[in-house]
Amino acid sequence: MWDYSDKVKEYFFEPRNAGVLADANAIGEVGAIACGDALKLMLKVDPATERIEAAKFQTFGCGSAIASSSALTELVIGKTIDEALKLTNADIAEFLGGLPPEKMHCSVMGYEALQAAVANFRGEAWSDDHEEGALICKCFGVDEGMLETAIRVNKLTTLEMVTFYTKAGGSCATCAEGIEAVLARVNAAMVAEGTLDATAAFVAGASTDPSGVIRKPQAGKATNRPVFEISDDFVPLEIFNDEIRAAAPKPKLTTLQKIRLVEEVVAEVRPALQRDGGDCELIDVDGDKVMLRLKGACVNCQLASMTVNGVQQRLMERTGLPLRVVPVQAAAH
Amino acid sequence: MSVRPVYLDNNATTKVDERVVAAMLPYFTEQFGNPSSMHAFGASVGGAVRDARGKLQRLLGSEFDHEIVFTSGGTESNNAALLSAIEASPGRSEIITTAVEHPAILATCEHLEKTRGIKVHIIGVDARGRLDIGAYRAALSERTALVSIMWANNETGTINPVADLAELAKAAGALFHTDAVQAVGKVPIDLKTTSIDMLSLSGHKLHGPKGIGALYVRRGVRFRSLLKGGHQERGRRAGTENTPGIVGLGVAAEIAHANLAADMSYISGLRDRLEKGLLQRIGKSFVTGDTANRLPNTSNIAFEFIEGEAILLLLNRAGIAASSGSACTSGSLEPSHVLRAMGVPYTAAHGAIRFSFCRDNSAEDVDQVLNAMPGIIERLRELSPFWTEGGAATSTFQPTYA
Repeated sequence: MWDYSDKVKEYFFEPRNAGVLADANAIGEVGAIACGDALKLMLKVDPATERIEAAKFQTFGCGSAIASSSALTELVIGKTIDEALKLTNADIAEFLGGLPPEKMHCSVMGYEALQAAVANFRGEAWSDDHEEGALICKCFGVDEGMLETAIRVNKLTTLEMVTFYTKAGGSCATCAEGIEAVLARVNAAMVAEGTLDATAAFVAGASTDPSGVIRKPQAGKATNRPVFEISDDFVPLEIFNDEIRAAAPKPKLTTLQKIRLVEEVVAEVRPALQRDGGDCELIDVDGDKVMLRLKGACVNCQLASMTVNGVQQRLMERTGLPLRVVPVQAAAH
Repeated sequence: MSVRPVYLDNNATTKVDERVVAAMLPYFTEQFGNPSSMHAFGASVGGAVRDARGKLQRLLGSEFDHEIVFTSGGTESNNAALLSAIEASPGRSEIITTAVEHPAILATCEHLEKTRGIKVHIIGVDARGRLDIGAYRAALSERTALVSIMWANNETGTINPVADLAELAKAAGALFHTDAVQAVGKVPIDLKTTSIDMLSLSGHKLHGPKGIGALYVRRGVRFRSLLKGGHQERGRRAGTENTPGIVGLGVAAEIAHANLAADMSYISGLRDRLEKGLLQRIGKSFVTGDTANRLPNTSNIAFEFIEGEAILLLLNRAGIAASSGSACTSGSLEPSHVLRAMGVPYTAAHGAIRFSFCRDNSAEDVDQVLNAMPGIIERLRELSPFWTEGGAATSTFQPTYA
């Protein structure tokens, strides 16, 4: 049986706002192809203030789909349309105390129903480009559609690169076989379409490293965490392109060269952090320690340690040195 | 207040019979010897294994006891049968199976297709789950290495005419294997009168322990072992024997064999009463599978316009354990491939609930389900966008599928 949180059970067994809302003026009807679930969200919006006065739902779906729908209605009642549109599926999942990775699509369905209802209210057509496929990585909830997109957009050709870009396979690594199958299929399709060189394409079983494709960190003592814990903010790297990899600096660097490289990497990372309202600043480099100050949204972010790890991993890749990123507190100015 | 537990998921697994447990216990402690050993510790255990083999032989009606190879369960037996047939049939490179097999067959076939270039013919079924015999005949040829068709389907209980199907395979010179995990102990089986070459069974489906099963391999059938590295089971399944499991399976087979007719008439009586009662009380529901020809213990009922996991969660709160063909109850989110193969519409397939009985169930169990179910279905239908005021709303509700 699924490991549902108490909140999910509560909202399934005693759903709030279930049923038909007779005087609804914003209705969203969506379905999740992954499991065949469907949701009808009915909102009553005050046309003058655009405030959502009432919300009800009807759901054809499993326990978490019903709970997610009910949670959605609770979240949107009292909000204006603009406020409601800021909600994401993660807010629904968080409201429910988390969902099993396989069930995250239930919260996505709620998010889409809200978008569809608002479009209906505004007299717009709503269509969705979200694609789903079989769940491949259970640890990070990465499905086949997400993998395929990442592989195509970034021309990924190794399991390691897929893990960097999507996190899939970065934790327990038991899905490596599944990722490789997707990688081989998508690469083959890309070769056929002429978007990838046949010599670069991934071929299952052709790895030169029979000891397993997901390696332990070579930096050894620098960190005892798996290197593939990469932040949500982690920016995919051009470094994996062969020509850049070939041009990557040799391990023997002067201190000045090392600091310059560190500065470069930090500069590359910042735009991604800034997009999410955060930032970071390089404070000092001392031996193998890189002192980094997290700023803005990064400071209290639950993913801060993952951000640090992501930057650290990137620094090590780039410099070839066992660098360790040490987050430092904001110093008094 | 605690509810009275009602277990109606016996096709998933069964409770180990107390007589089985009692027979097994000495083989963990005083009878711990390795049957291969020369000394006295081993010798008596070897006798117990022989005994168990004989009991299973009688349940299956096989000609010789050495036709039974103990394995770790149904999945291993299925894997061993398929791989062996391919390795032992040079010049033949095709497998015929059905769309409604257990994943232990379908996934293994897919693997053989991918890694060994085997061509796999997957035969479809009709709306009642009955095999397309015409397609089966057409697929058989001198290229067929193996036919693997389940004796009875785990989800609907539909029984295949395996004896007849095996004759057709024999005529084409192909081996015939049947996954009888759900059938053994529930229907009379007499292998010596059939042309079935291999048969898989599992202990925990017939009140035996988990982790033990068997593969029947007809005398004279070419067999290549899956596990290498030991002489056990006449070299057909290497690895020290799971003696407590084997002894347990033997006793479970003995009990099933002795009571087969009486148990099955009792069980089918309960099943039929539940089925009739539910169909009377709940509209827009129907039985799936071939009601004229199915396991006596299985009932699969589709309740339209609602989803199975939600039903199971509410049933569970009422103390009732059943299972569902719904996508959401499987880790993969795949809806039941069996009901899809039968062409059951998805708004019904998702709400399909399987009740599977055993000899431990009672009339009281049936009453408890009959009391609980109508309220559960009504409640979920009120929540369903496909349902309005006592009727289907499928024509008005047209969601955008993303």
